[in-house]
Amino acid sequence: MEFLQPADWAEALAVKAAHPDALPIAGGTDVMVDLNFDRARPGALLDLTRVTDLTDWGTDGDWLRVGAGVTYRRLIDELAGRVPGLALASRTVGSPQIRNRGTVGGNLGSASPAGDAHPALLAAGALVELASVRGTRRVPVTEYFTGPKRSVRTPDELIAAFLVPARPGAEQFAKVGTRNAMVIAVCSFALSLDAATRTVGTGIGSAGPTPLRATEAEAFLAAELPWETRGAVPESVAARFGELVGSAARPIDDVRGSADYRRHALAVLARRALAWAWTDPGGAV
Amino acid sequence: MTVSTVAPATVEGGVGTSARRPDGILKVAGEFAYSSDLWADEMLWGATVRSPHPSAEIRAIDITAAVALPGVYAVLTAADVPGARHYGLEVVDQPVLAIDEVRYEGEPVAIVAADHPETARRAAARITVEYAVRAPVTDPEDALSRGDLVRHVPVRRFASAGGTALTADVVVTGTYEVGMQDQAFLGPESGLAVPAEDGGIDLFVATQWLHVDQKQVAACLGLPAEKVRLSLAGVGGAFGAREDLSMQVHASLLALHTGKPVKMVYGREESFFGHVHRHPARLSYEHGATRDGKLLYVKARIVLDGGAYTSSTPAVVANAATLGVGPYDVPTVVVEAYGVYTNNPPCGAMRGFGAVQACFAYESQMDKLAAEVGLDPVELRRRNAMTTGSVMPTGQLVHGPAPVADLLALVRDRPLPPAATGDPRERPGGVANTTRGEGVVRGVGYAIGIKNVCFSEGFDDFATARVRLSVVGGEPAVLVHTAAAEVGQGLVTVQAQIARTELGVTKVTVATADTSVGSAGSSSASRQTYMTGGAVRAACQAVKATVLARVGRAGELALVDGKVVASDGAVVASLVDLLGNDVVEETVEWRHKPTRPLDPVTGQGDAHVQYAFAAHRAVVDVDTELGLVRVVEIATAQDVGKAVNPQAVVGQIQGGTAQGLGLAVMEEVQVVDGVIRNPSFTDYLIPTILDMPPMAVDVLEMGDPDAPYGLRGVGEPPTISSTPAVVAAIRAATGRPLTRVPVRPEHIAL
Repeated sequence: MEFLQPADWAEALAVKAAHPDALPIAGGTDVMVDLNFDRARPGALLDLTRVTDLTDWGTDGDWLRVGAGVTYRRLIDELAGRVPGLALASRTVGSPQIRNRGTVGGNLGSASPAGDAHPALLAAGALVELASVRGTRRVPVTEYFTGPKRSVRTPDELIAAFLVPARPGAEQFAKVGTRNAMVIAVCSFALSLDAATRTVGTGIGSAGPTPLRATEAEAFLAAELPWETRGAVPESVAARFGELVGSAARPIDDVRGSADYRRHALAVLARRALAWAWTDPGGAV
Repeated sequence: MTVSTVAPATVEGGVGTSARRPDGILKVAGEFAYSSDLWADEMLWGATVRSPHPSAEIRAIDITAAVALPGVYAVLTAADVPGARHYGLEVVDQPVLAIDEVRYEGEPVAIVAADHPETARRAAARITVEYAVRAPVTDPEDALSRGDLVRHVPVRRFASAGGTALTADVVVTGTYEVGMQDQAFLGPESGLAVPAEDGGIDLFVATQWLHVDQKQVAACLGLPAEKVRLSLAGVGGAFGAREDLSMQVHASLLALHTGKPVKMVYGREESFFGHVHRHPARLSYEHGATRDGKLLYVKARIVLDGGAYTSSTPAVVANAATLGVGPYDVPTVVVEAYGVYTNNPPCGAMRGFGAVQACFAYESQMDKLAAEVGLDPVELRRRNAMTTGSVMPTGQLVHGPAPVADLLALVRDRPLPPAATGDPRERPGGVANTTRGEGVVRGVGYAIGIKNVCFSEGFDDFATARVRLSVVGGEPAVLVHTAAAEVGQGLVTVQAQIARTELGVTKVTVATADTSVGSAGSSSASRQTYMTGGAVRAACQAVKATVLARVGRAGELALVDGKVVASDGAVVASLVDLLGNDVVEETVEWRHKPTRPLDPVTGQGDAHVQYAFAAHRAVVDVDTELGLVRVVEIATAQDVGKAVNPQAVVGQIQGGTAQGLGLAVMEEVQVVDGVIRNPSFTDYLIPTILDMPPMAVDVLEMGDPDAPYGLRGVGEPPTISSTPAVVAAIRAATGRPLTRVPVRPEHIAL
């Protein structure tokens, strides 16, 4: 197996163009598991850890642009106020050691339906920046996932960054697992309430072939929330929102939980996340 | 820690002190050499081809492509086994390599040796096995009705002669299930086999019982036992999973075949197929009692799924049967326990060994009965608690201390933990932000269990110790040599402590365990401190007698701080002077008092050596809407007879409790149609530090007059009652019946 180590971004894109079968590796928290368990034997590994551009973040107009190589640890430490939902999600990723290494770029690259970052990105209306020697494009994350571990990324493209609105809404993220740390989601839910645009964003993890939005639930809630008065959310609205989130999921029965439980838990998480986001627009605990 | 009676610790680093473990710092620093770290020049790596099917006929095996791979030195199948083609602990029924059929998913079919582990794995993948797949038998009840019985153990005892009618004012019934738990030791199966010049083999391996391995390996290699020499390599946990052979014969076969050292190390996934698991069980109970909660009878039917081969199922069934009503006085008992063969993964020894499954059922029943008669769960148990002089359902009189009521009182009287502070780590769901208190209800539950210590049913249970006293570098020094397996529990430390106490010598070395000394028996059944500890003590006493005989007046003399001391404290001689260049060495084979077989019809007989008891109180916070559980605190009380190493005792209690907590809320090898669905630590979850709460531990030391230093085996009891205590607490919080462990979120939330 070849080990390719580009020194900068331009070289990385050139190398990827020349070796479209090369598997990019940053933190290695997912790639190395597959290699160790003999589930993947890529023709080459493309080491991105020398590409310093990938570990930068900054504003880009109305957007916050975060390099694909920023670790979960840094998202928590440096960006909790700017990406509150994603920071909550980052806290649930693996162990401290994994959070020190793992990156959102890696999560997007694997495109697992259970990726912890994905629901928060969906709820926030994020864009994924893909680049190749042919150019750069920004894809709404809602259009990014095409199937289990599949995305719109073409073989010659690398994930450069993700972008979220520079002014976040009230965001929440919650994840159900069968132990209290270091666990893959049985299901997860992210919510973003944007009072300025009176819009609602949602993201569902581990309850379908891809990360999902609950579009009907979003529309329902956007129409029903008392944006004007900031009064309490009627119980019936919260309950209906939960139901709509649960029914938006497309879960299966597997070793981590049953489909029925996932729908039920998503409804509970949606109700709770709504209450927290509405009463505490500052977001994260 | 509360200690009721404390013997003065007169010897530094002796019995009763928390002497420091020699392996402690190495393990914490990551420098300890485990069996997976073994290395020899020119060594080859072994790999195993395993069946993907739970049941199939083998039509053909084609190894040509594997042999053709550069770097491959050997590819072996059943036809290449020179000696016995089967092995087993008691019943020899498991093929070294599959012969014409496979009976479980993961059964070894062929083995490969190559100069690189990756090459060995690739070669293994090139072996083509033609299977004719059969429908597996996976339901234990089906197996029972087909007659695929490993063992049936009845235990029948009646309050009045001929009185077989089971009637009572209050009757509660229940059917319970226990899922398949894995020992989840952290050091996977591994070892190094080195071919010797005499045509034999030197095998370095992580195991629980060197001599039982030696016997089986020698038989399969067709060699006399003395040509198969085993040494214990660094063991990363055992918990029963190393009782059966894994890679021992395979690596030895490859080494003899190639004439080179061969190392085998299972990966985590392979490890789930490489060892036996805890028996899944289905248990139906009926408890009859008076209106004031006095038990009149217990009737139980227990079915344990032994999987594809016998392993230790017969003894597990006997434990479940004889310990099946718990530590209670029950006038009439009718227990029928069965172990069956299926095409599920083989099950055998795991910490608690049949007592775990039974305890979950009988303690669930005791709570149900308490509710039925309107009594507090602890009070109901107290009213039925066995004591010294009680008679077991087997008719065996309980001689030693049986402080069942005291242990229950200790955990009940502990102050309850405060409410959660709001720190997310204290919530059900941990930092995953699932609740800020919504749906969270606290519950408290109790349980107590009973376990036999040492081997039972007339087994010739012994341990051997060789102790040598000599002068080394101008100081008296002791060398202790046994074949007892240090599996992480601290046995090396304990052996040295005993030698220090018995011989009054500080400088004690414990030799690496190997088969050049007699058998120590297995590091299982909570027996090693009792048995090998007893043997070391006896060998030390023999050495002491020999030494003191040189002085005369042996009865009046003691060994203290390297000196022979008279009863008035006067120094008679120093050991250095007394010994000079002499070496005093004694080897002792030591036995506990004999046990008897169970009557095959009535289940009566003095089958067990010693009984051990532990009680648990669990406090849980349950998110009743999501079904997530946070165990807030566990209080436990256990009688250990004598805490030979108090810190190690508490370590055993904490570790055992954690393993029981795991079974209560997360640990299960999920098997569907004979296929394991979660063979990884990604999906076989064990408790993390956020799942295992602080513990309040009471250690009682009520000496057993029959045991060395009065000690009682410590390792297993904590694993037995923590599971039902946690589940009882979840029931108290949720009102759900929860008849199956592990409890999953959907059992609570849906």
